[in-house]
Amino acid sequence: MGELFRSEEMTLAQLFLQSEAAYCCVSELGELGMVQFRDLNPDVNVFQRKFVNEVRRCEEMDRKLRFVEKEIKKANIPTVDTGENPEVPFPRDMIDLEATFEKLEIELKEINTNQEALKKNFLELTELKHILRRTQQFFDEMEDPALMEESSALMEGNEGGRGAPLRLGFVAGVISRERIPTFERMLWRVCRGNVFLRQAEIEDPLEDPATGDQVHKSVFIIFFQGDQLKNRVKKICEGFRASLYPCPETPQERKEMAAGVNTRIDDLQMVLNQTEDHRQRVLQAAAKTMRVWFIKVRKMKAIYHTLNLCNIDVTQKCLIAEVWCPVSDLDSIQFALRRGTERSGSTVPSILNRMTTKQTPPTFNKTNKFTSGFQNIVDAYGIGNYREINPAPYTIITFPFLFAVMFGDMGHGLLMTCAALYLVLRESRILSQKTDNEMFNMVFAGRYIILLMGIFSVYTGIIYNDCFSKSLNMFGSGWSVRPMFDPKRGNWTVDTLNENNVLQLDPAVPGVFGGPYPLGIDPIWNIATNKLTFLNSFKMKMSVILGVIHMLFGVSLSLFNHLYFKKPLNIFLGFIPEIVFMTSLFGYLVLLVFYKWTAYDASTSKDAPSLLIAFINMCLFNYGDTTNKPLYRGQMGIQIILVLIALACVPCMLIVKTMVLRRQHLWKRHLSQKREECPAENLEQSLEQTGVSSSTGLTQQGTQKFGGVRVGNGPTEDEAGIMDHDALSQHSEDGDEHAEEEPFNFGDVAVNQAIHTIEYCLGCISNTASYLRLWALSLAHAQLSEVLWTMVLHLGLSSRSGGGFFGLSIIFSAFATLTVCILLIMEGLSAFLHALRLHWVEFQNKFYTGQGFKFVPFSFESILEGRFDE
Amino acid sequence: MPSLLFCGPKMAACGIVISIWGVIMLVMLGIFFSAKSAVLIEDVPFTEEDIRNDKNPPGTIYGLYNQVGINCFIAAAIYVAVGAVSLCQVRLNKRQEYMVT
Repeated sequence: MGELFRSEEMTLAQLFLQSEAAYCCVSELGELGMVQFRDLNPDVNVFQRKFVNEVRRCEEMDRKLRFVEKEIKKANIPTVDTGENPEVPFPRDMIDLEATFEKLEIELKEINTNQEALKKNFLELTELKHILRRTQQFFDEMEDPALMEESSALMEGNEGGRGAPLRLGFVAGVISRERIPTFERMLWRVCRGNVFLRQAEIEDPLEDPATGDQVHKSVFIIFFQGDQLKNRVKKICEGFRASLYPCPETPQERKEMAAGVNTRIDDLQMVLNQTEDHRQRVLQAAAKTMRVWFIKVRKMKAIYHTLNLCNIDVTQKCLIAEVWCPVSDLDSIQFALRRGTERSGSTVPSILNRMTTKQTPPTFNKTNKFTSGFQNIVDAYGIGNYREINPAPYTIITFPFLFAVMFGDMGHGLLMTCAALYLVLRESRILSQKTDNEMFNMVFAGRYIILLMGIFSVYTGIIYNDCFSKSLNMFGSGWSVRPMFDPKRGNWTVDTLNENNVLQLDPAVPGVFGGPYPLGIDPIWNIATNKLTFLNSFKMKMSVILGVIHMLFGVSLSLFNHLYFKKPLNIFLGFIPEIVFMTSLFGYLVLLVFYKWTAYDASTSKDAPSLLIAFINMCLFNYGDTTNKPLYRGQMGIQIILVLIALACVPCMLIVKTMVLRRQHLWKRHLSQKREECPAENLEQSLEQTGVSSSTGLTQQGTQKFGGVRVGNGPTEDEAGIMDHDALSQHSEDGDEHAEEEPFNFGDVAVNQAIHTIEYCLGCISNTASYLRLWALSLAHAQLSEVLWTMVLHLGLSSRSGGGFFGLSIIFSAFATLTVCILLIMEGLSAFLHALRLHWVEFQNKFYTGQGFKFVPFSFESILEGRFDE
Repeated sequence: MPSLLFCGPKMAACGIVISIWGVIMLVMLGIFFSAKSAVLIEDVPFTEEDIRNDKNPPGTIYGLYNQVGINCFIAAAIYVAVGAVSLCQVRLNKRQEYMVT
């Protein structure tokens, strides 16, 4: 019961783990996920800890697994996720695992190097094949008789046909296609145009063996004359990373070489295929057990990491750990320890020893899938102090409600509910799919919040009578026009209708207003031109009422905090003046609102005074205003008393509390001085009272210093029992109290109290005004949805022709898309944000400190999900 | 039949959602227009002349109401068709998924 409203009761405990059973015990605790280990050797370097070697071995295994996983991913082999949770392997099995991974890694590496070499070879051969094929073309062109004749004719013209045909050298090779233009230009410039370059593209891309990319390449052949040019050309080719291949000069040789190359390519292809098959087989086998291996290794690593946090007893016989754990789970922790001991085959049981401490325990709120979203909302503001009132249970109702006040629309609420229902109903299936989409995961984590927000929006939509900005007339409107034309009662005629554009119904005429609509707002307002005047007044008053109730509730919660932490001073000089201040000003305002709603009817509403002005006059003690009539008789007296009471509360919080604190402090100091006069007597007395021998004093020390000194004496004989040191704790608290007395600084306390008081009193006003955002946002939402209807859907509906359905069906999908994007997502986010602010600032600062730290249990589940990175 | 499939799984799901919403909302609108709901008067395309030159007063306006209502029903029917097509697409997508894996 109590645990719903406050965080779990925590305790510090020592675990005495036999060194042979420690591993198994910690693994059982990890499966349980209910204890948070404390680092007992914070000043010891990471590399000097006991199990650093094991951690390193685990890391090495992890690295190997990651390498194999990368290869598996590269080969596009799916890893199976069976969702099974393998047990932690024994330490002795670590060697087996290591050997397996080592073998796998070496095998894979070998395959990779072989494959790379083969691929390189294959690439070279393919390039050579292409060169041979292409160059054949070039040579054929060169020896084309028509061309020969032409060139010889030219030559004859120039040089008179002397000398034999020149002997041209050539170089052939392959270069990547994008380099060709620069390559060509470079050749031209360096060789001064004395070389002749031919190139042809290779159609199909070749695979680069090193990176595995597909590269487009071109074959080129360069003709030149002389050795010097040859050297230059070769240098340039080298510089451009072109691969050169020997190319025989005669067609005969080339043909033979091509045949040889082709057969070699075929052979190589076969070998390559076999290598690839082998590799696939190895990887597929690994992919099957990959996940299980990963889990095993990560669990082992986590265990050794945790064991490193423990203290080692001098005798090396046992490990001592200090843990935070919830008191309610002590039994299950005991049970886990026993299981761990049994599993390891040890005969000496492990011991859990409860300790008392002055340290603040971590805050742990147990959540389930429904409450965790709301707890997250609270935790995002600040983790609550230990055992402080937890606002999350109230947030479950108030958060969706305040959201819905700003998002009141039946249609939109229904859409939101449907979307959230889909997520909730399919939750197990979606959970098992595990998407990486961050946005989706965020929405999915808040599915229950969204569901409640949707349902509440439907409710407020019914109250506002808004469905896609149109009203539903379910019970029949209370207004009627007909009596206005009745000559006895109303004064309208047909001429009145013709002369005026806008007419106002008079509710004072009998029969025009037949009483309020049974549920929510009368649908007639939807087509009235003065709809906003009416709705604004209603929604503003409603926001103030909701805000004041919400804040009063927050202040009342602070009472339970003061009661729980036994601070009577805070109740009498904090809580009571606070709540009196707020009720006498804003509580009164709320009462006035209700009074005004009930006290005036259609005939008297002309005389109704403005509440806002009345409230301002009340604070200014201004009662001479004749334009604003009093609401009731005796208003002046009551209001003056209320304002005076409120003003009287301010010094209570501001000065009296500080004075009382100072007085208490002085009194205490006086007392302790007296006590110091007879210290020896006092100590003896307290020892007699508690009846505890001197060993308990040592326990207390042991917590702080933690030597291995005290292990032998006492609790080891107890079979896995909880040592309850309640008596001890009383004793030690008594003893420590005056030693740990914090110094009282009058200036500090006074300033703090002043800040708190000013913040509260001004906050009451500004926070009440801040709740008006409820009105503002609901107005914005209603207007936006109306604009969307008239600007978009109206176009589709208002077509006079029979073919209007075509436009309607297209415009409807536009309307639907815009509704989802603007009204559901954008407006929803803004309403969410404002609801969040109202909770964090206006509600929680009345009672919630939020300066605790979170309980982070050692749990395999969170480690495997990667939430816990070290 | 190789390519009856023309949109991906997300598009098809989107189509189904919009068509369910469209069918429900348009049918409701159609009913309300046929019932001559006063709130929807702003969406009825009438002019001054319709009111003044009316032989039996609300007759023309009612006719327009019915006209818009029928448009809504037909649009709803179109969305039924869209929904059916989307459903087929979802089926085809699923089948393709099975065939690949």
